[in-house]
Amino acid sequence: MSAPLLSVDDLVVDFSTRAGNARVLDHVSLEVTSGEVLGIVGESGCGKSMTALSIMGLVPNPPGKVTSGSIRLEGRELVGLSEAELCEVRGRDIGMIFQEPMSSLNPVFTVGEQIAESVRLHENASPKAAMARAVEMLRAVEIPEPELRAKAYPHQLSGGMRQRVMIAIALACRPRVLIADEPTTALDATVQAQIFDLLQDLQTETGTAIILITHDMGAIAELADRVAVMYAGRVVEKGTVETVLSNPQHPYTKGLITCVPHLEPEPPMLREPLPEIPGVVPALTDLGKGCAFAPRCLERIAQCDDSKPPLKATTGPHLTACWVAGQ
Amino acid sequence: MSLIRIILTRIGYGLVLLLAVLVLNFTLVSIAPGDIADSIAGDMGGADAEVIEEIRARYGLDKPFLTQLWRYMSGIFSFDLGFSYFFNTPVTELVLERLPATLLLVVSSQILAIVTGTWLGVMAARNPNGLLNTIVTFLSLFGFAAPVFWTGILLIITFVSVFPIFPVGGMRDVTVEGGFFIQALDVLYHLILPMVTLASIYLALYSRLARASMQEVLGADYVRTARAKGVPERTVLYKHALRNALGPVITVAGLQFASVISGAVVVEAVFSWPGLGTLALQSILARDTPTIMGILFFSSLVVIVFNILTDIALRLVDPRIKAG
Repeated sequence: MSAPLLSVDDLVVDFSTRAGNARVLDHVSLEVTSGEVLGIVGESGCGKSMTALSIMGLVPNPPGKVTSGSIRLEGRELVGLSEAELCEVRGRDIGMIFQEPMSSLNPVFTVGEQIAESVRLHENASPKAAMARAVEMLRAVEIPEPELRAKAYPHQLSGGMRQRVMIAIALACRPRVLIADEPTTALDATVQAQIFDLLQDLQTETGTAIILITHDMGAIAELADRVAVMYAGRVVEKGTVETVLSNPQHPYTKGLITCVPHLEPEPPMLREPLPEIPGVVPALTDLGKGCAFAPRCLERIAQCDDSKPPLKATTGPHLTACWVAGQ
Repeated sequence: MSLIRIILTRIGYGLVLLLAVLVLNFTLVSIAPGDIADSIAGDMGGADAEVIEEIRARYGLDKPFLTQLWRYMSGIFSFDLGFSYFFNTPVTELVLERLPATLLLVVSSQILAIVTGTWLGVMAARNPNGLLNTIVTFLSLFGFAAPVFWTGILLIITFVSVFPIFPVGGMRDVTVEGGFFIQALDVLYHLILPMVTLASIYLALYSRLARASMQEVLGADYVRTARAKGVPERTVLYKHALRNALGPVITVAGLQFASVISGAVVVEAVFSWPGLGTLALQSILARDTPTIMGILFFSSLVVIVFNILTDIALRLVDPRIKAG
């Protein structure tokens, strides 16, 4: 593996809440190399989006703050940069797509203006040149009649179109890393497939590294090169897509994979009910000293309640944070 | 539908509304007991029935209601609002002479209230636990609770008696000589206290409104998108967020315009500002019905015009508002 383009090391993010301190990211380490797709999976509230926001330097402060750890982009430390310096990184070096295309575009500006804005900001382009780039980007994300659409307001576009516009915004300055935070959650199935195809095409074209945050295991299998599974603010399993999906080590990952519905040929009454992981993600304010997944785990042993398992190699570059795995 | 067509439609509605206001005003004044004849007779120190009838005939008050209404309405179309017996001047002339002073007061105080109020609201929304937020809360409580005449008198005591910085009232100083610029400066100098007084209530209203609206908008997904693009925080606030947050402020400002004009009546009285308000006060006391109706006509005209302007402003700010 070549030197990582973006690396997150031992990142700790705390939120002070009324119920006490919540550790939303607990020593998270991730890395992504140029041209690679890293998938981050996990249930809602496990810290996927917070990881993305931390990389962007957009952790809402207060109440949140990066307590320790580092985020490096091509060796440059991002934690502790001034707001002005972060503004230069955002949009230019790292682009981001959000999960809600319906509300993520500003309703009072045309989509062309919204794409052109980041070009103007980061490349000192003239308004005319920036608008020309906006049209070019709309064409790149396969929006028909881009010249016309650039003058449209978000409410005049469909959800899938808006997500394409979001992608155009994120990629307008050709960032080296693109973070896609559940880019297809709010879209219907056919549009989801289109958006994933588009992301894949753009990635092959530009070589941008993508961090794909999703709970869609199918998307991970199709798009990602490597995958990190997160639970309660920690990375619990990390490795290449093939090894993690075909040979999951952590009980949580196994659970996630068995939860994926399949199209089955049997008639409905013969089918097994879709399995689920019992219980819910614990409150981050009282995680205790043991493994956060232990209360829901089917393979738990005594040691699980006593101390948190470290992320360690099970087979090759495949890392798992579990006392039971690999034994 | 194009903006021009929308504006023309709005103007059409406005004219119909104005006509309705005129008929209603005229009817209300006619129903009210007593008329000019009684007032004139009273001024003369009493008159017998014959004299009163004669006065009525002179002002056309002996005619049936509909005839009177028709005469009044047809007069309006040639900008004739009748004759003020009290001021001995045509009403149109009287009102047009006073209208600019009121417009100056009303428009300048609204601009002051909207601009300062919105700015305070934005700053307060940006930092919900900050000092400015407390100031906005206090200011709005004070602005809502304090009646304008009281605020006005308080300002006069402070800035005229204790610290003699501003003139006590009026619109210009007759001793000031000079060209247009010096005269304008003099008017501005006289304008400050009444403008601040009239703005105080609305400043309270708009700052609260802008704060609530901004707080909501700042949590919106598109604000996060703007930040993720690398837009500097100032631009996020004043370009991306504010333009979305302005809608409620503009709507309420438009709705409030009628109440601003009635507030101006009181403020003008306190500062002896030579506008429609003082004229209204004088003509009400004198039961000078043609003048009262003339003032009502012009103030409704102003309110209707500003409502149309509000509508246009809203459309310019938010492209989602379509014809309707």
